[in-house]
Amino acid sequence: MSASTPFAGFLEATARQRVRRFFDAGTVHEWLGPADRVTSPHLPALGMPVAFDDGVMVGRALLGGHDVFFASEEPEFMGGSVGEVHGAKLTGLLLRAARDKPKGVVLLLDTGGVRLHEANAGLIAISEIQRAVFAARAAGVPVIVVSAGVNGCYGGLGIVARGCDWIVMTEEGRLSVSGPEVIEAQKGVEEFDARDRALVWRTMGGKHRYLLGEADALVADTFEALREGVIPFLGRSRPIDLESVKAEHAALGRRLQRFGAAKDSLDIWGGLGVKHPAEVPMLSPEAFVAIAQPVREHADA
Amino acid sequence: MRDVIALCAELFPKGHDVHIDGDRVVGTGQAAAGTIAVVGTHNHAAIGADLAFALATDVLAVIEDHPGRPILMLVDTQGQKLSRRDEMLGNPGYLAHLGKCFEVARKRGHKLLALVYGEAVSGGFLALGMTADTAYATPDAQVRVMALPAMSRITQIPVDRLEELCRTSPIFGPGAEHYEKLGAIEGLWKADLAKLLEAALASPTQGDMRRKLGHERGGRTSAHVVVERILAAP
Repeated sequence: MSASTPFAGFLEATARQRVRRFFDAGTVHEWLGPADRVTSPHLPALGMPVAFDDGVMVGRALLGGHDVFFASEEPEFMGGSVGEVHGAKLTGLLLRAARDKPKGVVLLLDTGGVRLHEANAGLIAISEIQRAVFAARAAGVPVIVVSAGVNGCYGGLGIVARGCDWIVMTEEGRLSVSGPEVIEAQKGVEEFDARDRALVWRTMGGKHRYLLGEADALVADTFEALREGVIPFLGRSRPIDLESVKAEHAALGRRLQRFGAAKDSLDIWGGLGVKHPAEVPMLSPEAFVAIAQPVREHADA
Repeated sequence: MRDVIALCAELFPKGHDVHIDGDRVVGTGQAAAGTIAVVGTHNHAAIGADLAFALATDVLAVIEDHPGRPILMLVDTQGQKLSRRDEMLGNPGYLAHLGKCFEVARKRGHKLLALVYGEAVSGGFLALGMTADTAYATPDAQVRVMALPAMSRITQIPVDRLEELCRTSPIFGPGAEHYEKLGAIEGLWKADLAKLLEAALASPTQGDMRRKLGHERGGRTSAHVVVERILAAP
């Protein structure tokens, strides 16, 4: 593989390529890596192949010279889904962060949520990750989510992501609980046409999430832009206390009042004061942020 | 389906004022330890942005008006609301917000118990029920990620094969007893609910014991070990 441009952006890269490109060169140290062969105890019973890292790489590294812990989900292994081992690696990482207090935990999430082949264990694992996120936050360690992958960030991990301190997204990275295919399958194509990619992006994509205040930064799909998006949040922990949840409560209540009857994200964008909502999907990340930043909502104020 | 008001009469023989308001179940019950706040859902409610927000309002009211009062979540949810509108409005943020409100309650000394008496599914259960210190279920409770036919369609594994696997492993299939074996449900409340509730209220609150419990019960053999190995890794 040539060193020039085997993969230009984050979107198309594997979990391990992402870690290599995202963190400072030569600083990555993995815990429970493929050599340890900690694999799913459940997939063999189903005749399914296992992965030697169960689809997630965890460890420590430097980012812009700062000590961080990281996780990177492999999009190609069962859709980045959370099985028992995969989930426990994330929980262990976050509990270790609560103990060792790095400058931040960076979660490169790329997931459909629960691994259905390990359904119950996956769901419980996600709840344990959520509690471990709260433990890291209580210890003053900021947990930063990057949603910029092919699978987006869906299911229970979509909920977990919003329990973290900060979320950095690209337009292509999506953030939701139920995915378009699930909604279409259960409620019909008139509720959600999952093949309408423009609809998917404007309903769940990074630009919409940034405008709503569900994401804290919107950047281009390059490693440089993503690094620059994440680094400012290192060392910036947000407390979860009565004051902060009351502020969020007020913001979320305001969102329901303002936009609860909106039919489409374009109505929300127009309501926020974006002058030409229909043009938003065409804007470059930089041009978009320039017009979105002054009018966007915030989920915490 | 179990009637939630009748359930409250069983849970609180000393009296309760729990009532139904839309999809929500809200009020208080009397126990030996004093007044218990009840926050929950009924009718297999799907939890979307509005319901998550309303439940969060209930939790915040308990925190602000009754510091330290134990909270009992009564859980009956078919999961997160499957709707384009709710996802557009940011359902992850609303469900996470409910989880954060419970977390603040926990940190401020409110004991958090959950009783699954109906359904407990996926994102709904993550926000309401699994956010408790300790969760219990009635034996007829339906706890699951998805029903076997739907799982069969998605995983391409035949239903009869899945049913066979369910007999030997608690991982795949629906059922409160599976979640008990996996450590997410502390115990099944079969009879004398008031006595069981009193015992739960009197038991000490520990941290997240689920993976340890799942290990001890033989339902989840990897989670606890993997967490410990990550903590100890050089």
